Amino acid sequence: MIEKQYNITSAEGIHARPAAVLVGALAPYKSEITLEWNDKKVNLKSILGVMSLGVSSGASITISANGEDEEHAMAKVAEIMETQGIGN
Amino acid sequence: MNQRLSGIAASNGIAIAKAFRLENPELIVKKTSISNSNAELKRFESALDQSKSELEKIKAQTAQQMNDEEAAIFSAHLLVLSDPELLGPITEKIKLENVNAEFALQETANMFIGLFESMDNDYMKERAADIRDVTKRVLAHLLGVSIQNPSMITDEVIIIAEDLTPSDTVQLNPQYVKGFITDIGGRTSHSAILARTLEIPAVVGAKTVMSSIQNGMIVIVDGLEGDIIVNPDQKTIASYEDKKARYEQQKSEWAKLKNEPTITSDGYHVELGANIGTPKDVAGVLEHGGEAIGLYRTEFLYMGRNQFPAEDEQVEAYASVLKQMNGKPTVVRTLDIGGDKELSYLKLPKEMNPFLGFRAIRLCLEMEEMFRTQLRALLRASIHGNLKIMFPMIATIEEFRQAKTLFLDEKAKLEKKNIAISKTIEVGIMVEIPSTAVMADIFAKEVDFFSIGTNDLIQYTMAADRMNERVSYLYQPFNPAILRLVKIVIDAAHKEGKWVGMCGEMAGDEIAIPILLGLGLDEFSMSASSILKARSQILKLSKKEMERHTETILSMSTSQEVETYVKKISVTE
Repeated sequence: MIEKQYNITSAEGIHARPAAVLVGALAPYKSEITLEWNDKKVNLKSILGVMSLGVSSGASITISANGEDEEHAMAKVAEIMETQGIGN
Repeated sequence: MNQRLSGIAASNGIAIAKAFRLENPELIVKKTSISNSNAELKRFESALDQSKSELEKIKAQTAQQMNDEEAAIFSAHLLVLSDPELLGPITEKIKLENVNAEFALQETANMFIGLFESMDNDYMKERAADIRDVTKRVLAHLLGVSIQNPSMITDEVIIIAEDLTPSDTVQLNPQYVKGFITDIGGRTSHSAILARTLEIPAVVGAKTVMSSIQNGMIVIVDGLEGDIIVNPDQKTIASYEDKKARYEQQKSEWAKLKNEPTITSDGYHVELGANIGTPKDVAGVLEHGGEAIGLYRTEFLYMGRNQFPAEDEQVEAYASVLKQMNGKPTVVRTLDIGGDKELSYLKLPKEMNPFLGFRAIRLCLEMEEMFRTQLRALLRASIHGNLKIMFPMIATIEEFRQAKTLFLDEKAKLEKKNIAISKTIEVGIMVEIPSTAVMADIFAKEVDFFSIGTNDLIQYTMAADRMNERVSYLYQPFNPAILRLVKIVIDAAHKEGKWVGMCGEMAGDEIAIPILLGLGLDEFSMSASSILKARSQILKLSKKEMERHTETILSMSTSQEVETYVKKISVTE
């Protein structure tokens, strides 16, 4: 299992567009990928789960991946965080 | 034959075509036990697949006809349909509880709908509507009920509906959808605005069309007058065909004026600008030959979200408008929120008289940090074009001075940091409160320009709430009281060498235009789609001639007298 912390810098947090881009890009991976914030953990491949969390700007979140392609999945997360300006 | 109905004229033009009722079928879900859960799962998957392929089509069509941003809503719908958190429980219910797919879907979806609806945030609440929307699509497939997709219409029709949701409206293909009529809505409802953008005729708020128009009936929609004729006879059709041809010819003649300056028959130039709400609106302004933006309402940047827009995001929006306008004057109004316009994240207490309450500049001066952020963003964007800033709802000179001081303070701070700022930003005010109109001579010494906001000026001068239908007879743009106030403002400004614009509905009105020209108004700002019509009218008017009528008009007693008089003189001249 790999785990990484991110600080959310996007002004809109992880809401509409950023959430859709993240979730959409992670669908092909086999690993279990989760997002944890405020003691709540959701499936990062679930648009409803991610949106229901309502992660706001400035939040510190933990993303973890567990499975055969966990490294690739985490690399994808990092790429999207950066290219979409969601967080670092 | 010839049944006549009427509503609110929402988008110009005339269309004659068959009626197409856009209905929301009622989907009734019953819980049943199933014996073969594998077959039930297959049935569910096939309904999902059908729904997804429909959504893909709608998405592609929206991207092509509108833009990627409007299409994004359907990407989100597609993601919901492959969401493991939604599909997991449904599959489980079918397998373990042996319930039918319809019931399993509805129960699971309702859980999420309830979750989103209970959130203390308008944006999240709207997401509940999205889940409902996609669920409905799958349910309809399961139940074998056909759900109508406006984008799948391939025949020339006029849409008849109770109301159109944003996702219905983005799917309307102007190639086939010749017009629409709805029972509810007003001129500023989402569907009306979209109809004007797509340039299809529309009448909204017609109240009884759903109960009186059947599929396939021939309908005439007159978006110029707000009239609807059901089952017209040949003679009526012919007369509307004629009216339609005249309108279209006029429109193509107006189109020739796109790149022409607005000069009266006696050689006097006025500026025709447009009112906009977002950077996306600029394209329409240029397309309709706008010479300026007379009002950029910045509130839309602040609406439909959780928190104030960040400074950088604002810079981006303002710079985008300025760049697109390519040096043409662009008047940006600072945040005008409060009253009837609320922000969910700005918890303001309910007021007895919101229009007379804590709003616009009053609120900005108290929430100084938020206001300073907007001013900084405007200053930083200013190098990209010809920026002018105006403050809304100014009632006293102190309010203006206070706002201007904050502006100068932020400007000095940015200059100290060597950030590039335009040297020619003008700072003016909206004149929409009678006290300010009366004191215009005092203001004119300190402001760079005035912009008269007639919607509010009329409401405040006549003491008539414009939302209250029972006093709507007092909403009188041509009441000499209003015209005299306008004259005071224009005269005071010109005495100090300042210019005056107008950015209410009145600026694009064909009766108001000759009067305003005579009074000496310098800039007229209106809906983009009204610009060419106004230009064609002004080219034929003589300013000197209109000036001669001014005294007569201002000494009249009623709004009605003024209207009758102007109609008469514009016909004879």
